[in-house]
Amino acid sequence: MTKILVCISNVPDTTTKITFTDNNTQFNTSGVQFILNPYDEIALSRAIELTEGTGGTVTVINVGEAGTEPTIRKALAIGAADAVRVNAKPKDAWFVASQIAGYVKNNPFDLILTGQESIDYNGAKIAGMLGELLDIPSVSIIKKLSVEGNTATVEREIEGGKEVLTIPLPIVAGTAEGVADPKIPNMRGIMSARTKPLNVIEPVEVKDLSAVISFETPAPRGQVTLVQADDTAKLVDLLHTEAKVI
Amino acid sequence: MPVLIYAENAGGKFKKSVFEAISYARAIADQNNTTLTVISIGDVSQDELAALGKYGADKVLNVSNEKLKNFVNQAYASVIAEAAKKESADVVVISNTFSGRGLAPRVGVKLQAGVADGTVALPEQSGGKFTVKKTAFSGKAFAIVELTSPVKVIALVPNSYKVVETNKGGQIEDFNADVKESDFKAMLKEIVRATDKVSLPDAEIVVSGGRGLKGPENWGMVEELADLLGAATACSKPVSDAGWRPHSEHVGQTGIAVSPNLYIAIGISGAIQHLAGVSSSKVIVVINKDPEAPFFKVADYGIVGDAFEVVPKLIAALKEYKAS
Ligand SMILES: Cc1cc2nc3c(=O)[nH]c(=O)nc-3n(C[C@H](O)[C@H](O)[C@H](O)COP(=O)(O)OP(=O)(O)OC[C@H]3O[C@@H](n4cnc5c(N)ncnc54)[C@H](O)[C@@H]3O)c2cc1C
Ligand SMILES: Nc1ncnc2c1ncn2[C@@H]1O[C@H](COP(=O)(O)O)[C@@H](O)[C@H]1O
Repeated sequence: MTKILVCISNVPDTTTKITFTDNNTQFNTSGVQFILNPYDEIALSRAIELTEGTGGTVTVINVGEAGTEPTIRKALAIGAADAVRVNAKPKDAWFVASQIAGYVKNNPFDLILTGQESIDYNGAKIAGMLGELLDIPSVSIIKKLSVEGNTATVEREIEGGKEVLTIPLPIVAGTAEGVADPKIPNMRGIMSARTKPLNVIEPVEVKDLSAVISFETPAPRGQVTLVQADDTAKLVDLLHTEAKVI
Repeated sequence: MPVLIYAENAGGKFKKSVFEAISYARAIADQNNTTLTVISIGDVSQDELAALGKYGADKVLNVSNEKLKNFVNQAYASVIAEAAKKESADVVVISNTFSGRGLAPRVGVKLQAGVADGTVALPEQSGGKFTVKKTAFSGKAFAIVELTSPVKVIALVPNSYKVVETNKGGQIEDFNADVKESDFKAMLKEIVRATDKVSLPDAEIVVSGGRGLKGPENWGMVEELADLLGAATACSKPVSDAGWRPHSEHVGQTGIAVSPNLYIAIGISGAIQHLAGVSSSKVIVVINKDPEAPFFKVADYGIVGDAFEVVPKLIAALKEYKAS
């Protein structure tokens, strides 16, 4: 009867053009649609698969202000049993991990899943920080996850290969593509999501370790140099003499 | 401000990303007029360790305990944090590799340190402030982050700092860290590491194919081109979703982010999610039959044409170039 916690973040839709305001210090959210972080969607989908027919449960947790509730409801519609929202702006990974660890210390879980990274902050830090704060093992970028009794088997990506590990629960794992196919909420899920419990709790105090000062957008590239399709030798020459990359 | 850098080995060997990270850490040590210590954990030969002095290591701590032969995230984090304390390091550099991304946050928490993941440039230090530039929004932007804690952990993206040789001796010392039993819960069952192929995150050149290639049977020419260039192969998301190529090759916003010197995109349209993961490549070449494909807008060089004609010709031209 595995109890699973899935950490979910609310991020700008992947098609968003990223711009900033206030002298490049604030992300411009105007007109931006927010979604459940794609990696978290995979984590949640796997969590539901792992509990189906076992009596296990899936809870989702988000650190965010009230505006994230549509994303939390989406997670409930996909199949989480209940949700927790820590009512605070997610300042940085350390802040978020501290909030989630604070909750888990009083409400233990067998398996805690995060996405490999959030597509806005891309820290890939929450899993490791949570593991350390709770003093349990963490694995960061996993492609496969199964649970048998009290032991998890995970496949982790390494440069040019993979590693398979077995680890006794409880653990924290950050999921990448391959762990599951994203589940799409059905009508029943959407209806029941409205009435599933969503507990709002207040944040714990955390000392700041970092602060975002400003943002930059990448320098635009120059005009493309087009080469005729039958003149590939010219391209090779340009890559060698002009770009100096071969 | 002594600096500590963790030199990750792959099967007992150091890769270029390690030399980049040591060169980078050396530059931070020089900014602060201080020393650089490298820590290596695992089964690495003395010769391999001795070579690290070349990139600016004043000292190399070698941890070669039997239990730490293979990577164990929790235990390695404990060793690195202990070494940081022993050396009174206030900056700890880790490569932003798959393993490094698991270590950095744990080391950060142990040292009560702010962690800058995905860092792409040297820190700026002025007026007592320590700021670093990191990727954000999946490569669509950068964030300038101030680390306000006394100790700082930086995870450096491979291919974002060049290797610099500055010979500094690099005396090797054995380091024995006390690691608690509960740090060894994770058991390694299997490890597979392809040694004959260039791995995607480390690659200086990447050849990538999209749905325009029609099917997995057409990847022969992509692989041949990659082999000729000493490049890694990659693909767009629909290609890995369809099972034409493994997930580990998928680049983009929800795949791997790469920043090679040269990225060659064949039959890829250049959707915003794909571009997010590849736009920090230094030079981009696009081969696409549609002159309106959005990828051309961010390309440095382009060929408008049918990949099935262009790629074999490009292979032929490269062979000729190599022969001359
Ligand atoms: C949440 C989300 C996340 C996503 N994340 C990613 C991601 O991380 N990475 C990613 O890649 N995508 C991602 N996508 C998908 C993305 O939106 C695009 O659908 C995808 O990148 C398109 O792949 P493609 O360019 O290979 O295929 P297509 O868009 O089908 O383009 C094929 C291209 O090939 C060209 N072509 C066709 N035949 C030939 C030929 N014979 N010779 C030369 N050119 C030819 C066509 O002109 C066309 O430009 C994501 C989508 C979503 C919704
Ligand atoms: N505000 C948040 N609330 C809950 N979980 C989060 C939050 N931000 C990030 N996470 C989780 O941590 C993972 C990694 O995020 P990051 O470290 O920001 O890249 C995400 O995929 C989520 O699972």
